[in-house]
Amino acid sequence: MYTLTGLKLKNPTILAAGVLGTTGASLYRVAREGGAGAVVTKSIGPAPKTGHSNPSMVRLDCGFLNAMGLPNPSYTGFLQELEFAKKNSEAPVIASIFGGNPSEFAEVAEGLLPAKPDAFELNVSCPHAEGYGAAIGSNPCLVEAVTAAVKDVVNVPVWVKLTPNVADITCIGNAAESGGADAVVAINTLKGMAIDIESGYPVLGNRSGGLSGKAVKPVAVKCVYDLYTALEIPVIGVGGISSWEDAVEMMMAGAAAVQVGSAVYNRVDVFSEIGEGIEAFLERKGYSDIKKIIGLAHEMV
Amino acid sequence: MLPLNATITQITEESPAVRTFFFNHMFKDMKPGQFVMVWIRGVDEVPMGLSRNNSITVQKVGEATSKLFELKEGDSFGLRGPFGKGFTLPAKGEKVLVIAGGVGAAPLSPYAEAACAAGAEVNTILGARSAGDLLFEGRFEALGKVYVSTDDGSKGVKGFVTDVLKNLDVAAYDRIAVCGPEIMMSSVFRLLEERQVLEKSEFSLHRYFKCGIGVCGACCIDQSGLRVCKDGPVFSGVQLIGSELGKYSRDASGRRVKI
Repeated sequence: MYTLTGLKLKNPTILAAGVLGTTGASLYRVAREGGAGAVVTKSIGPAPKTGHSNPSMVRLDCGFLNAMGLPNPSYTGFLQELEFAKKNSEAPVIASIFGGNPSEFAEVAEGLLPAKPDAFELNVSCPHAEGYGAAIGSNPCLVEAVTAAVKDVVNVPVWVKLTPNVADITCIGNAAESGGADAVVAINTLKGMAIDIESGYPVLGNRSGGLSGKAVKPVAVKCVYDLYTALEIPVIGVGGISSWEDAVEMMMAGAAAVQVGSAVYNRVDVFSEIGEGIEAFLERKGYSDIKKIIGLAHEMV
Repeated sequence: MLPLNATITQITEESPAVRTFFFNHMFKDMKPGQFVMVWIRGVDEVPMGLSRNNSITVQKVGEATSKLFELKEGDSFGLRGPFGKGFTLPAKGEKVLVIAGGVGAAPLSPYAEAACAAGAEVNTILGARSAGDLLFEGRFEALGKVYVSTDDGSKGVKGFVTDVLKNLDVAAYDRIAVCGPEIMMSSVFRLLEERQVLEKSEFSLHRYFKCGIGVCGACCIDQSGLRVCKDGPVFSGVQLIGSELGKYSRDASGRRVKI
């Protein structure tokens, strides 16, 4: 067992928000069949949203571009999904939430409390939803206020998911920590765009979106590396992880655990594969504890 | 993969609300039952079952399909795919029953043809609202026996495909492939469940898709959490026992909507 902000995980791999997290049964499947140590839900907001028109996600040679547009059934519509996931998953279920201001965040968090999520992850980093996500997450004062507002109304850990689309991610990380965050999650997608040259139309229905997958891993590693230095609280690494080698690299940069998103494209059981790979690596290298590799790169000078 | 540019080479009016769009790209590796994401630029991208390896057959139901119906030969749309899991092809000498309702005949017609080419005997129950709405009757007739049902009785048995199915010896078939409106599929499902032949059956489901490639989770079905776009759209009857089939689906926001 592995402990992260007080939660017990069977391995340090976590399903990232916005991936296979729309329904309770899907979250349950990723935890059980996929072997994830914990699962994060789709981001849930104060009112039902249908999201952007399609295409909402396309695969590129170097990764994936998406602009879902925060589709969600609102916290009232999502309660039954969260309850199902909690009842069946046998792994911590973290509720990802968003709002347009601190009071909306608090409203959504309180609204989901009856389903007893194990933690909350605050989405202040979605790069393509006007008035939400990164619109808040690029302003340190708002990040601190949103974090504090949610901390005020819940008694479970609060993680804050950061956007890399800022000049200095540590400044936003510090704001989250000041607001009382129990961990930060880095990174959300990088702003990106693809254009169909036959017609000139941008490919995504929202015209532009966020880049994930292989291409963003070096960006994520650098962000996690910097956050590890700047913050006291744990950093959860996410961005382009699809193998145990990627996970180990992210942990050496400073990640206390990793999240996996786009890589479910290849296989849903990527979590157990990464978990087992990390175990085998620790054994082969003679590390007595996973903590020995967290932030290791910082010591190698 | 980014959408490829498909130019419309021919448009066939199958019925007042159903048209087949042939395009200048051939999906040689298509497995019958697979779908493509059809991008009507500037409007939306919607999933469509392939009715041949170079055609889609579309019912006009909403904004995207209405815009598609405005396109002419020589116009183009974007295509991604083929995606998902198709119907299981029979072995030589097997007996296949195809049950198609309405535009559900679109993905089943290439399946029936492939099954026949594989050396199977293929019989079809083809249902529609009225005689004019029967889709691909000729294609199915060219392969084997076709039992027709229409809601208004304008051709064949008056009623639903299940009114034909209940009088057939389903035990005589090795495989049963089903696609059509969800109410029809759930009636067929119950009948096959009663006859204890679900393990021979496959159903092609329709759900709201966002990503279409198995990542976002918008199309997952209860209670299994299987993704219609990647683990389906074709599921075995056994996979659907106790599922949401015929009960509810989810809309674009993820809210449950009764069927």
